[in-house]
Amino acid sequence: MNGPQDLGGQQGFGAVAPEADEPLFHAPWEARAMALTLACGALGAWTIDESRHARETLGWVTYYRSSYYEIWIRALETLLARHGFVASEERAAGRALRLAPEAPRVLRAEAVAGTLARGGPCDRPVAAPPRFAPGARVRTVAMNPEHHTRLPRYARDKPGVVEAVQGGFVFPDSNAHGGGERPQWVYTVVLRGEDLWGADADPGSEVSIDAWESYLEPA
Amino acid sequence: MPHDDHGDDQGHGHGHGPDNHLDPMTARVMALETILTGKGLVDPAALDAIIETYASKVGPRNGARVVARSWLEPGYADWLRRDATAAIAEMGYSGRQGEHMRAVFNGVGTHNLVVCTLCSCYPWAVLGLPPVWYKAPPYRARAVSDPRGVLREFGLDLPAATRIRVWDSTAELRYLVVPERPAGTGGLGLEDLADLVSRDAMIGTALAGARP
Repeated sequence: MNGPQDLGGQQGFGAVAPEADEPLFHAPWEARAMALTLACGALGAWTIDESRHARETLGWVTYYRSSYYEIWIRALETLLARHGFVASEERAAGRALRLAPEAPRVLRAEAVAGTLARGGPCDRPVAAPPRFAPGARVRTVAMNPEHHTRLPRYARDKPGVVEAVQGGFVFPDSNAHGGGERPQWVYTVVLRGEDLWGADADPGSEVSIDAWESYLEPA
Repeated sequence: MPHDDHGDDQGHGHGHGPDNHLDPMTARVMALETILTGKGLVDPAALDAIIETYASKVGPRNGARVVARSWLEPGYADWLRRDATAAIAEMGYSGRQGEHMRAVFNGVGTHNLVVCTLCSCYPWAVLGLPPVWYKAPPYRARAVSDPRGVLREFGLDLPAATRIRVWDSTAELRYLVVPERPAGTGGLGLEDLADLVSRDAMIGTALAGARP
């Protein structure tokens, strides 16, 4: 979707402001927010794609006014309500008002190290051979989807060259919406700065994206 | 960015009752944790263990040791180039947001810069949790359109002849920049070399040795 998360090429946000000796967390709640997000993800009720979509649908004003961990917590509240774990009335009351659905997996302290070390690999076999080979000239598709996608606006309807076939991966555009994993080949596609930004580009600069096969057409 | 009350929390109850001495985000997160713990969905000790992992075990020192080893062992550098996930796992670093790794090497006249314009994808397994600037709009907006200008804001002014390659992490591949080894480091061992590799050097917003 063309939401507030799709930031590539946007202007007006000012200079980057790196913070000297930045602490890992700026307040204790940020650490709890990070850990809660991971622990709730481990319940297995939603995918990483659904959680990304929950963040990008918070609304423009909320998204830009919120720190990143606040974005995470707001999206987590959405996901917990959607999947029946914590209703908004319960958050308002500050306590549980009803039983949660049976959670198949609750992350216990002793399982944390193993769970984090395993991560959540999302490479998958794809039956068909890759449509494009390294060196192939392609064009990214034009699209204006209301659903979740990982093809940024700045990189749509642009010429590019396939640099590498990275493997088969879960397709976020369907997986974010309960449509299943439907894995596709993912390619690293190199786009020339001049093709993206015209005369305003840094001469000779290149940007690559990792594009699912259905984002690409032969050029 | 400020963490003040945004005025759109009607119905969430914060600011009323016994929690009103807490700032709104602290109250909000605490309430959520209390409910989730009460329902048996979250083990508070697991939260402590997650925080402890990223506070003390998984951070940019992991990536710095990978880079230093690639400087010392050409065979390891080759492996890192071909199969970064396996080469990095062999050093004991793997898992969440490092499941599918790629290492990209700076060279003479080529500089790599990593961004996630769509969210905050970052190679946690080798760099830990991302800094605020990496997740904030200014960097995500301009790293792809004005990389040279962004690098100048980090104090890195690359020669005009240096070609910049920006990697937008739009899928599940996570990128580790392998900076060039600084001159005059011939006699150093792995840990001393790793001291020269900052987090920013592995994102591409600094050079090795610049900000140890």
